[in-house]
Amino acid sequence: MSFPATLALEDGRCFQGRGAGARAEASGEVVFNTGLTGYQEIFTDPSYSGQIVVLTYPHIGNYGTNPDDSESERPYIEGLVAREFSAVTSNWRSSQSAHEFLASRGIPIITEIDTRALVRHIRKHGALRGVLSTQETASEELVAKARSIPSMAGQDLASGVSTADRYSWTAGPPHCLPSSLPKATARGDYHVVAYDFGIKRNILRQLADIGARVTVVPCGTLSEDVLSMSPDGVFVSNGPGDPEPLHGPAAEIRKLVGRVPIFGICLGLQVLGQALGGKTYKLKFGHHGCNHPVLNLITNKVEITSQNHGFALDPDSLAPDAIELTHINLNDRTVEGFRSRKDPLFCVQYHPEAAPGPHDSQYLFEDFRQLMDAAH
Amino acid sequence: MPKRADIEKIMIVGSGPIVIGQACEFDYSGTQACKALRDEGYQTVLVNSNPATIMTDPELAEKTYIEPLTTEYLRSIIARERPQALLSTVGGQTGLNASVALAEAGVLDEFGVELIGANLEAIRKAEDRQAFKAAMTEIGLEVPRSRLVSDVEDGLDFASEVGYPVVLRPSFTLGGTGGGLAYNSEEMHSLLRRGLELSPVHEVLVEESVLGWKEYEMEVMRDLADNAIIICSIENFDAMGVHTGDSITVAPAQTLTDREYQLMRDASLACLRKIGVDTGGSNVQFCIDPETGRMLIIEMNPRVSRSSALASKATGFPIAKIAAKLAVGLRLDEIPNDITQKTPASFEPSIDYVVVKVPKWQFEKFPGTEPVLGVQMKSIGEVMAIGSTFKHSLWKAIRSLETGRKSGSDVYSADLVPKRLITPHPDRLNYIRFALAEGYSVEDICEMTGIDPWFVSQLKSVVDLQQDLAQTSLDEVSPAQLTMAKRSGLSDNRLARLWDETETAVRNRRKEWGIRAVFKRVDTCAAEFESFTPYLYSVYEEESEAEPTDRRKIMILGSGPNRIGQGIEFDYCCCHASFALQELGYESIMVNCNPETVSTDYDTSDRLYFEPLTLENVLNICDEEKPDGLIVQFGGQTPLTLALPLKAHGIPIIGTDPESIDLAEDRDRFGRLLVELDIPQPAGSTATTQEGALEAAKQIGYPVLVRPSYVLGGRAMVIAYDGATVESYMRDAVVYSQDRPILIDRFLENALEVDVDALCDGDEVVIGGIMEHIEEAGVHSGDSSCVLPAQTIPDNTLETIADYTVRLAKALNVIGLVNVQYAVHEGRVYVIEVNPRASRTVPYVSKATGVPLAKIAVGLMTGRKLADYGLSQGVLPTTKVCVKSPVFPFNKFSGVDPLLGPEMRSTGEVMGIGASFGEAFAKAQLSAGHMLPDGGSVFLSVNSRQKAEGVEMGRKFADLGFQIYATRGTAKALRNAGLRCRTVMKVAEGRPNVLDLITDRRVDLIVNTPSGAHAFEDEKRIRSAAIQQAIPSMTTLNAAKAAVNGIAARKHGQPGVLSLQDLHAKGEPLPA
Repeated sequence: MSFPATLALEDGRCFQGRGAGARAEASGEVVFNTGLTGYQEIFTDPSYSGQIVVLTYPHIGNYGTNPDDSESERPYIEGLVAREFSAVTSNWRSSQSAHEFLASRGIPIITEIDTRALVRHIRKHGALRGVLSTQETASEELVAKARSIPSMAGQDLASGVSTADRYSWTAGPPHCLPSSLPKATARGDYHVVAYDFGIKRNILRQLADIGARVTVVPCGTLSEDVLSMSPDGVFVSNGPGDPEPLHGPAAEIRKLVGRVPIFGICLGLQVLGQALGGKTYKLKFGHHGCNHPVLNLITNKVEITSQNHGFALDPDSLAPDAIELTHINLNDRTVEGFRSRKDPLFCVQYHPEAAPGPHDSQYLFEDFRQLMDAAH
Repeated sequence: MPKRADIEKIMIVGSGPIVIGQACEFDYSGTQACKALRDEGYQTVLVNSNPATIMTDPELAEKTYIEPLTTEYLRSIIARERPQALLSTVGGQTGLNASVALAEAGVLDEFGVELIGANLEAIRKAEDRQAFKAAMTEIGLEVPRSRLVSDVEDGLDFASEVGYPVVLRPSFTLGGTGGGLAYNSEEMHSLLRRGLELSPVHEVLVEESVLGWKEYEMEVMRDLADNAIIICSIENFDAMGVHTGDSITVAPAQTLTDREYQLMRDASLACLRKIGVDTGGSNVQFCIDPETGRMLIIEMNPRVSRSSALASKATGFPIAKIAAKLAVGLRLDEIPNDITQKTPASFEPSIDYVVVKVPKWQFEKFPGTEPVLGVQMKSIGEVMAIGSTFKHSLWKAIRSLETGRKSGSDVYSADLVPKRLITPHPDRLNYIRFALAEGYSVEDICEMTGIDPWFVSQLKSVVDLQQDLAQTSLDEVSPAQLTMAKRSGLSDNRLARLWDETETAVRNRRKEWGIRAVFKRVDTCAAEFESFTPYLYSVYEEESEAEPTDRRKIMILGSGPNRIGQGIEFDYCCCHASFALQELGYESIMVNCNPETVSTDYDTSDRLYFEPLTLENVLNICDEEKPDGLIVQFGGQTPLTLALPLKAHGIPIIGTDPESIDLAEDRDRFGRLLVELDIPQPAGSTATTQEGALEAAKQIGYPVLVRPSYVLGGRAMVIAYDGATVESYMRDAVVYSQDRPILIDRFLENALEVDVDALCDGDEVVIGGIMEHIEEAGVHSGDSSCVLPAQTIPDNTLETIADYTVRLAKALNVIGLVNVQYAVHEGRVYVIEVNPRASRTVPYVSKATGVPLAKIAVGLMTGRKLADYGLSQGVLPTTKVCVKSPVFPFNKFSGVDPLLGPEMRSTGEVMGIGASFGEAFAKAQLSAGHMLPDGGSVFLSVNSRQKAEGVEMGRKFADLGFQIYATRGTAKALRNAGLRCRTVMKVAEGRPNVLDLITDRRVDLIVNTPSGAHAFEDEKRIRSAAIQQAIPSMTTLNAAKAAVNGIAARKHGQPGVLSLQDLHAKGEPLPA
């Protein structure tokens, strides 16, 4: 069942390995994620749309997949690169092997390559366009294809993954583990409208957990339509691609500022930044992992965070009298969070909903709840 | 948060001698702590009784005390040094217990010393199982159902309530000593009684069994600002039921979803906060029911541990170093990550490889004990391997073990498969492979072992691969197949044997095809940031990151896993070699695979290769580095066995030529050399057959010492008084001899043994020390207490010993260190053996004399002369008396005869420094865990040859106010000399007998010298009982004499303490 596979990068570097998953060809920006667990969540995170994901941990697939750990209805990664992909599944919750999970959705996998060499290459040269083929195509041809695909910069991928129709969400985190730690958060009764740029389910679950009925709306929804729903709060979601082309949604969201409490995550922060006059730029290879230290400048405490973004907000582009930086990344000092000095608005670049990743920052959902309470 | 300015001087308590459950990892953590605190500008006072540690090097602390870790001595040190704080969390359980004892005795309050790291309340909450259970229940974490019992009946009641099996865990014992599983009420009765006796508080926790559940560990750190991070998760390959120190473990966890992992992370942090560990590293253990996912918390250690050393090496995140900095108030985000330099320590390491730890057991050293693994730790050491995948890493780890057996060469019995798989056994992994090859399914294996199917499938894939490869040959194999084999972790040697080729042929073929090892870096971040630290491991992948420099460089081969006879002493020597090379301007490159050690700290050498010490791995590194020199004489036997093959591959070995090392090991050639030099040795011969051995023994005359050639630590040695012993030895010993003959020597009964360490630059010889053994010849030198300077040897004999040593060193062209063992028998000096390499006693001699022998040896090996160090000839002086005493693991191996013999069985050593021999001996005994009594009763039983000396001894005991019990013969001699004593019956004579005295603790000291060929049954039982009751027991008259002197010294003086810095200060030594 084993077949050859090739990953070709736009700069001509090729990796020959063994294929798994679907017999297919996939293209996209090649990025790496350094998380040790949570591959199913990564596969299904819509923010990975347009990307071939390299997982740095060498064993992928060990614990299979299960219905509770998906972050959307399907995998969004274009292709997967892993050092070794497990043919065996071992976990009491598993209902489908990771291989079937990806193969049945047409996603190719390349394994048995020196993934660390690939990661170092990306670290040195930045995220690169690439083509992953499990169809025995010649390398030169694949390199040429890699050069022909559009660059990530300037691409509006979010509109492509946003929901076509609004829908409501009320389900909290699933009780799928027999053991748990008690959570002492108060619940309220709020209506939150969530702009969907590729929203992860665990954000919805966390919002539900603070007592919110969520209405998820397409990212092109006009501000008056949002206001007509009389929300207690507005949420601006994560999503794939470059935030720069999202002028339209940013302008609409701008109209909501000051009228309703707003919370944004990841791409949401970038859109809110733009709405408030800020600029974004592309990071060399982005932040993708579960171990990024973020300093909360308000509490002076460090949070270990889950991150997945290729673009960042330029702090110098924000008006300091209007905006207060609340979080910075301790690795590279990039912006990780800000709030408005006068309006009920805050947002973070990282993923407090985790999935995958540590739960250090879940307090932000509670902060959002309190912000909505205060606005009443 | 700035570091604390209200503290200037900090005391650190080490972990004492190496014992099972507490090994070099605490030298690593203590050394890191000393360095970290010094870097932050604090003065440090270090106390440890173990001279073989790097942490007790006088350069590492302002004041270094090699003293007993008792409240009495620690109090004296505190009174003298007046530290403001005590860091209790880097010295293992011993350091923690000693710190708690100081706090409880009011000493810390008396001198205003603050406990930093973990506070007293946190330590108690974590250590007291009931308090821990209550605390965990409060935060919503489940623990196994349990009851703390202090009598047997209560325990039996609880067991029948929850059902057998139940787990027994005595409170406050080390490495789970006295713990076990009881499957029925009878077993429960005996195990519980023993557990209650061993627990210092007479409590045992009886617990519901979670046998077969998956076991995990989390390494956690927290700073004063409540920033908390996970350094590493570890999954046990062996299911619950095997002590984690005896389990194969894997980092990171392999079979947890993110949801499960994060729950465990949350639980770990909640536990740390609840217990109240303010700063530092802790270890939290969990288990998960594989069927339902139910998670229980098992225990937490509020200190750095064996697992944290492993986690540090596995991730590149130095837990102990950071813990020390956090203890003085720094925050995680204020400390830079050494490896990436640009990012802070407040992150969670990510790794892009797999780490496997495999324990090393030595049950063969303890005949009479069953080689079964359970909840009490039995392993002596461990190895770690880093590889691209689990398979690759596991196979590397297994090769690192140096079992002396070639994988695949063992014979397994199909009948034994179920037994070996069901009952955890040191050989279980091999039996799993055998069973898979025999056609057992993965499901069968999982059911019998409780091991996760993912792990078993990994084993199966390699077993299948080997079977496929066996169908081909070196000529037929394809490059793709060979690549696959190498990436799966198969060694050249293994492939060579599959194909009946030489290792070199396989190596050459793969290199021809470009299949070569490349080196990756351990960088804490899965390559997300650039690494500035060359901490490397080999893989068979595409790209190498070694980036060798073009500096002058010398490579040091380490000593591999700790084992009896080859432990921390050699790691000390290797580290010193590395320090010396750096001082001399060379780049130092360390190769080792023992995660516990200082040598595998990326801070120790310029470059670190965490690799198995096999020919293939070492050659791979040489290919990459092209070192100017390779040092083999510091790592014990491990590198020596590689010396000649490495030389044959053209690797430049510096120092004493491997041919000389070989000559010293070669009986015939060495015998001829001695004849030439006119130096006597005991009559001896060699044999390769049973008949030959018997014939040789007969010619030499009994008793004879029978042993294999080329071993360290006296492995498989016996003293034979008759042919039957020789015969049975030849039947059983062949496994260990591996093409090398058996050696048979005349055994010099009642001789005095002497150990000498010397330095030679090719022209001159300086003797580091002439160590007089306190036990007689026949007791392995590693198991004998010894003293510097020699106490009873006449000057002319010392001169003879010095003269022989000089001539031998020169004759063997020694460049560096040489160790010679002598026996003095009826005034005549015999050479027993010569080892042209660093010996076990190098650190002890270095600390006693203040002269760093290993460092100087490296200077000599790189072309310096003794004169360059201000040394010319003669014996180095000592200003005080220093006694080294061994520590034994007998309490871990029930049913074993603790009588000392030619087979080394001690795991560690301590040193006592005193103004007199008696004081030094008493301190050493105390440090070794034997409190010499100040008075009370002594039991004397002396063999007939030694009656006169026995009487002298009796008189001294009587003078010290002891009441004397003696067996009939000894009692008669004592009474004839006018001494009062009470007669006790021997065991065989009836009751009440000596055993009753011991069991009721009516004697405080036992002097019982063996009488000839065989230990009689009752003598064996006396010594076993003495060990169980922790009554000091002397089995030689020399030791007994030292004990008498020690007791006398203690009676006459206060506990004197002296730092090494003061001991070796230039000019007049300070008074104690």
